[in-house]
Amino acid sequence: MTSPTISNQETLIESSQKFHAPRLIDRIFYWLTVLLSVGIGAVLVWITYSLLSIAFPAIATFNLGFLFSQVWNPVQDLYGALPQIYGTIVSSIIALLFAVPLGVGVAVFLSEDFLPRRILTPIAFVIELLAAIPSVVYGMWGIFVFVPFILPLLQGIHNALGWIPFFSTPPSTRQMFATALVLAIMILPTIIAISRDSLISLPPQLRQGAYGLGATRWETIMQVLLPAGLSGIIGSVMLALGRALGETMAAAMLIGNANRVNVSLFAPASTISALIANQFGEASGLQRSALFYQALILMILTLIVNMLAEVIVSRFQQVE
Amino acid sequence: MTNPSIQQDAINNSIAGDIVIRTENVSIFYGSFQAVRNVFLDIPKHKVVAFIGPSGCGKSTLLRCYNRLNDLIPGARVEGKITYQGVDLYDPKVDPVEVRRRIGMVFQRPNPFPKSIYDNIAFGARINGYKGDMDELVERSLRGAALWDEVKDKLKESGLSLSGGQQQRLCIARTIAIEPEVILMDEPCSALDPISTLRIEDLMHDLKQRFTIVIVTHNMQQASRVADYTAFFNAEAGDSGSRFGYLVEYDRTESIFNAPKQQATQDYVSGRFG
Amino acid sequence: MSSPNQSSRPQNDNPYDIATGEFDKGVTSGRKLFGKVMTGLVMLCVAIALLPLASILFMLLKNGLSRLLQDFPSVFTELPPPPLVDGGGFRNAIMGTLLTCLIGALISVPVGVLTAIYTVEFGQGNKLSQFVRFCTNVLSGVPSIIAGLFAYGVVVVLMGTFSAIAGGVALSVLMAPIIIRTAEEGLKSIPREVRQGLVGIGATNFQGVTNVILPAALPFIATGVTLALARAAGETAPLLFTALFNQFDARSLREPIATLSVLIYNYAIAPYKNQNELAWAAALIVVLLILTVSILARSLTSRKVY
Repeated sequence: MTSPTISNQETLIESSQKFHAPRLIDRIFYWLTVLLSVGIGAVLVWITYSLLSIAFPAIATFNLGFLFSQVWNPVQDLYGALPQIYGTIVSSIIALLFAVPLGVGVAVFLSEDFLPRRILTPIAFVIELLAAIPSVVYGMWGIFVFVPFILPLLQGIHNALGWIPFFSTPPSTRQMFATALVLAIMILPTIIAISRDSLISLPPQLRQGAYGLGATRWETIMQVLLPAGLSGIIGSVMLALGRALGETMAAAMLIGNANRVNVSLFAPASTISALIANQFGEASGLQRSALFYQALILMILTLIVNMLAEVIVSRFQQVE
Repeated sequence: MTNPSIQQDAINNSIAGDIVIRTENVSIFYGSFQAVRNVFLDIPKHKVVAFIGPSGCGKSTLLRCYNRLNDLIPGARVEGKITYQGVDLYDPKVDPVEVRRRIGMVFQRPNPFPKSIYDNIAFGARINGYKGDMDELVERSLRGAALWDEVKDKLKESGLSLSGGQQQRLCIARTIAIEPEVILMDEPCSALDPISTLRIEDLMHDLKQRFTIVIVTHNMQQASRVADYTAFFNAEAGDSGSRFGYLVEYDRTESIFNAPKQQATQDYVSGRFG
Repeated sequence: MSSPNQSSRPQNDNPYDIATGEFDKGVTSGRKLFGKVMTGLVMLCVAIALLPLASILFMLLKNGLSRLLQDFPSVFTELPPPPLVDGGGFRNAIMGTLLTCLIGALISVPVGVLTAIYTVEFGQGNKLSQFVRFCTNVLSGVPSIIAGLFAYGVVVVLMGTFSAIAGGVALSVLMAPIIIRTAEEGLKSIPREVRQGLVGIGATNFQGVTNVILPAALPFIATGVTLALARAAGETAPLLFTALFNQFDARSLREPIATLSVLIYNYAIAPYKNQNELAWAAALIVVLLILTVSILARSLTSRKVY
């Protein structure tokens, strides 16, 4: 009998101390993975640092007054972010107002057995495909198809309800409200996918128990399943909000880049990312710095929203 | 409880032949929880030693210390001394990978790699530096595990395509291909049907000509069929209320089953264990 | 559980009456109507959700396909036309999209896979792997335009020029979290028993991971890579100030390069009909590319070993 590797005379310590290439490779491999794991965190710090360092002149010049100023004047080098902050938040909230009921409705439909599974699964798949369509394509679709389609309707709303400040201007071809509707379409798949997961993963006993009490399907959904899946749904809404806040292309193409706050939703407006996309190419000096300052604000906004989403979603996973 | 060290030394003195693994006053902890307490136990060369006892008695935990598998569990800690051929297994100079090349292991559930039958065996040999004729080694190992005749025509098929019993014998073949000194078996038949179990028990009789075998089983008949020596472990509630395992009795298998010295052993082997 | 009609239930002392008429009937018709209305509403939701997708696909085919067929194969072989000139194609943009995505993958795949190996194989829930999970989640929420600004601040400023490399770096920031997550999922799908088996035969972690665990997790990792590529192929914002655009073929990785997505943006907002048409054609190609890759990703997952 020939032993393939170990001569029996060699003690464990001797063979442990002897040079052994696989052992060295293994150590290198381990430290390489550690290095790259730390690197992921470092990239995050690096991103923040590179934003901060370029934004610094603007931060030093305008301080926190930047957040409340409506001026954007490259000639006099005076900048503020209020119209963009307002536009970013308001367009995202309007998008949520439309996307949340719609998305939760679809999620309920896809998690219940209204139709056989072999029909529901393709529908869920097709809706996931919506998420794969690039935002620049949504933007183009908005310009050429959606806005021309929705404009007469908005004109009607303006004619009938023009006394309400939100609808007080005639609908412009580039405006906040239509942009928000396109954003709503874009974040729909996020809300549907995560809400559906949270509804499907509910324990079957919940449903059986409610049915056992004589509740109808819809009483079960409204009073048992939706409350039980609520944290997952809220998490999905927060993630969708994060996406809407940071969305660039659709906003840049549709919102109209007006550097002032207008209460009317039918008027042109601006968002942080749209402003950056539109102005970065020609900007230099303090203007570029001010754009990075805006980016920093966006980063902080999305960071807060995403972390909240994280906390909420992880809580729903623990319950599961 | 009598002084454990005196009692265990007396038992270990009755073990004949070369000692491969020596277990001296070993306690095993998971964090602050003590899983095994003060075990003295010697494993003789080219014999089959069975660990029996109720679940939670620490028999698997102890087994996993012999090839430092507990290293993988965060917070696991071994006190006392385990020596292999006179070398402390937990000496900081010892590389655990080196330990596992000499002390192989067969697990509770068959775990072939998602590779061909041939590569399942060749992989272990290759990473351990085997330079000889691989075809010959594969055949020899499969014959050694009494699997050759069943698989010789389908060596290229996936190891996962075999039946449970065949998979377990493939795992044994994989282990003997790296020529360890000791083979640890952690309830190797618990996931298998009676016929496969019988084949593996037969195999152990052949294997002990070349290897030292330590087997954990909760099947007492199995221990009585395959083992030369048997160690009976029991669990007891400790001071803090949590249960810990300890060695009750270790002796020749006939003595454990026919003339146990401890009442607890008597109760367990006669099925009166509550 | 509160039913809207509960309050109107009459007091009844006779327990045997509970199962009779009034209690049941009066409630049921209202409850049934409510159910019917709600079922109708969610079906309407599904219809509304599917409508934009149908419209987008229809318009892409209508506007994009006609241009593709009419100018086949010159759309694929020619350069973008100047304003007010007819014809032309976007061969440089196709090359650019492939190149930037490739560079993004070359950076993010090794980093993502090795990071996942750390968190699953070595870290196993320790402080560093929790930290990595947190960072991955934060990173996946970073707006894509900020990834672009980061690559601008780091690569463009350093190299002194817009380039395919800068574009690739920006995309890699967006791809890495996707790859880390799917690779983690794949590694976790491998049963504990297999890892024990590897330890049992004296394999080092490196030997076990490279020979057994990674090959078994490969379908998952391939899924992650294709999903990440699908995302990168459509991204525009990170490329605006990194890859920029180029009317011509880029002669090296160190100069501005056209990509399909930036071409769509530039030409969709341009006032020229020919450029608008090219934008639709490019959009059709990008969407077809992404949908193919997404469907491919799904079929890869179904080939998993465990």
